[in-house]
Amino acid sequence: MQYEAGKISAKKKHREPLLRIAKRDSMPLLLSWGIRIIAVLLSLVVCAVVIYAITRMNPLKVYGAMFEGAFGSERKIWITIRDTVSLLCIGVALAPAFKMRFWNIGAEGQVLVGGIATAACMIYLGDVLPTPALFLVMIITSCLAGALWGVIPAVFKSRWGTNETLFTLMMNYVAIQITSYCVALWENPPGSNYVGIIHPQTKAGWFPSLFGQQYMLNVILVLALAVGMFIYLRSTKHGYEISVVGQSESTARYAGINVGKVFVRTMLISGAVAGLTGFIAVSGSSHTISVNTAGGRGFTAIIVAWMAKFNTMTMIIISLLLIFLEKGANEIASQFNLNDFASQIITGIILFFIIGSEFFINYQMIWRGKNKEVA
Amino acid sequence: MNRKVLSVLLAVAMVFCMFALSACADTGDKKDPDSGKDEGTANEDIKIGAILLGDENEGYTAAHIDGIKKAAENLNLKEDQIVWRYSVPENENCYDAAMELVDAGCELIFSNSFGHQTYMQQAASEVPDVTFVAMTGDTAVTSGLDNLCNAFTKIYQSRYVSGVVAGMKLAELEKDEKLTEDNYDEDGNILVGYVGAYPYAEVISGYTAFFLGIQSVVENVAMQVQFTNSWFDITAEGEAANMLMANGCVIIGQHADSTGAPAAVQAAHENGTLAFSVGYNIDMQSVAPDVALTSATNNWAVYYEYAISTMQKGETLPKNWAEGFEQDAVAITELSAACAEGTEEKVEEVISAIKAGELHVFDITKFTVDGKQVDSCVVDLNNNLQNTDPEDKEAIWDGYFHESELRSAPSFALNIDGITKLNAD
Repeated sequence: MQYEAGKISAKKKHREPLLRIAKRDSMPLLLSWGIRIIAVLLSLVVCAVVIYAITRMNPLKVYGAMFEGAFGSERKIWITIRDTVSLLCIGVALAPAFKMRFWNIGAEGQVLVGGIATAACMIYLGDVLPTPALFLVMIITSCLAGALWGVIPAVFKSRWGTNETLFTLMMNYVAIQITSYCVALWENPPGSNYVGIIHPQTKAGWFPSLFGQQYMLNVILVLALAVGMFIYLRSTKHGYEISVVGQSESTARYAGINVGKVFVRTMLISGAVAGLTGFIAVSGSSHTISVNTAGGRGFTAIIVAWMAKFNTMTMIIISLLLIFLEKGANEIASQFNLNDFASQIITGIILFFIIGSEFFINYQMIWRGKNKEVA
Repeated sequence: MNRKVLSVLLAVAMVFCMFALSACADTGDKKDPDSGKDEGTANEDIKIGAILLGDENEGYTAAHIDGIKKAAENLNLKEDQIVWRYSVPENENCYDAAMELVDAGCELIFSNSFGHQTYMQQAASEVPDVTFVAMTGDTAVTSGLDNLCNAFTKIYQSRYVSGVVAGMKLAELEKDEKLTEDNYDEDGNILVGYVGAYPYAEVISGYTAFFLGIQSVVENVAMQVQFTNSWFDITAEGEAANMLMANGCVIIGQHADSTGAPAAVQAAHENGTLAFSVGYNIDMQSVAPDVALTSATNNWAVYYEYAISTMQKGETLPKNWAEGFEQDAVAITELSAACAEGTEEKVEEVISAIKAGELHVFDITKFTVDGKQVDSCVVDLNNNLQNTDPEDKEAIWDGYFHESELRSAPSFALNIDGITKLNAD
């Protein structure tokens, strides 16, 4: 019966009012991506109307400019890739925490402390240590700093049941204040309130170019992390424990899992990866430290993690989409003299449609029949 | 059915990708070789890049946009000779933007914010045949790069003149016996206030000039300075102004970019407080119609026109450029109705004296430090906060401190008598 009903309503196109909303068990991967792509296309249509209504410009030209902003030259492509992997890396850091329903919204701070640790190594050890040793020290200290920032809320939660959302959020502000302090400490030239680019001549502690590409190492590192995290979450005992804790703490306890230990262990990992993102941001792209080093990506990555359902492979596409929108928005602001707000409207509409499409993926209504057909 | 839809979508996506790749291959090749500049030959078609911290909605950047547009108009530049980059933050995005402008064929690239400088310097070190100008910056000389320049206006001159305007108002208020006991300190000095951004030379130089301008009209003044530690913070600037007015300050000057202070003075005026505002960058009469006297402003077009035309002629730019009233690079905005009688004549007189070189803002006979006249002041020119290096130079000769002459960025940082910093150090 339901199968039939689904078929009939499917023919009437999906902008019909919802007959019935029920949670889906699962949906074939291809179909769910089909829905997402349709959502993007629809959002582009709506944006086109809005663009024309506001600016009287040819929307296709505007889209072309957005594309050019993200991929218009080899340099632009690499900048887009660099920013994509930096967002992706934070998403990867958030994945294990979110999967166990531990709301780590402190990635911004964890990235910053990782960045501070890296910058400190570059400044104090840049001229002292040989490059391999310097990199080792930077990696270790940034991981430790991030892990520390991540584990404090986890310890408090497992010991005293504190609210991790507030705790991780507040840790961001502590990290920002520490960063301000370090900026004042390391400012160069003195009195400028900016650290400035560290070692612009010797480039000590900078990522080396690989295959002639300045940001190749960023890409390799982050992709390795993404794959590693994917395997960790999917195929290891730890990953299994994380997902059981995420489904239900009581079940986990009943199954003999030490929930507090899983919280602490997972947040050590989550924080360490976020700290590593700070290392990549400082050593691999900005070569300086400021309160803007994380640049709000710690929060944007929450969207990435959720939209990708904590699947680090899916995150690659989502990160790329968000960075594409950001670069495109900048480009149309510059090319057409539209200010930031006009381009943010476009970004907002597109995101709204994509996030909205998750509703259709998570809940079933008129599509049920088709669902079975594909499967 | 679904598979068909999907395969179509995939095909579309692939076509898009191919289009993308071919598009970037195109632009990658486009760097035309004939844009390479020859020293000393005219280059009318020079392409300019502008990296801006904000957009036209932000006063400081708006002033720069106006300046560049005015310069372009005067030099008959075509629209496609200028490439704009708005809302570029002070991080690696600035470096990205600079390099993208280089890719786009720009041969002269400006950035308007101090925090852009380090990224401009990085780009300059990698692309030696493009000239980079970090406006308001200070490392052009110390960087050792031939293609990095700094430029600033002698804004202290216009702050001095705006101080004269405030002084005229104080003199009038005193004559009319409008001032109360609260407006004086225990030594009988009239209190004036100043909302500053950061306790740096740029701000110190500015408020000292403002103070000396006031003092050139009324001898008995004392100034209190409250820092906000931000270039743009409407709330903090408003609060600082309120605090200064609560202390009894009659004039509120400012070196911060928002309208917070003038708006607060206007509000206080409506509640019966006697206070007037002297603004910065833009005419503040729109937010403070009854209390705004004037504002000190920059006329950036003067430099932009100079820089672009110099490059057009195939000549090189000076490492440091700073001009003031002599070249109309600074000004004060229209005097408001609240100004004292005779202000306009006085202002004209002062400006022409500055232009003629008869009046020097930092005349050493006009201020003291710890009660003593200052005869020597070596300024730090290599940015290490010390003034003992061989590069550092004496800035006082011929009886005055030569501000913005040894380098374009302000360097007057003496704490002169009569000015109290309320929240620095």
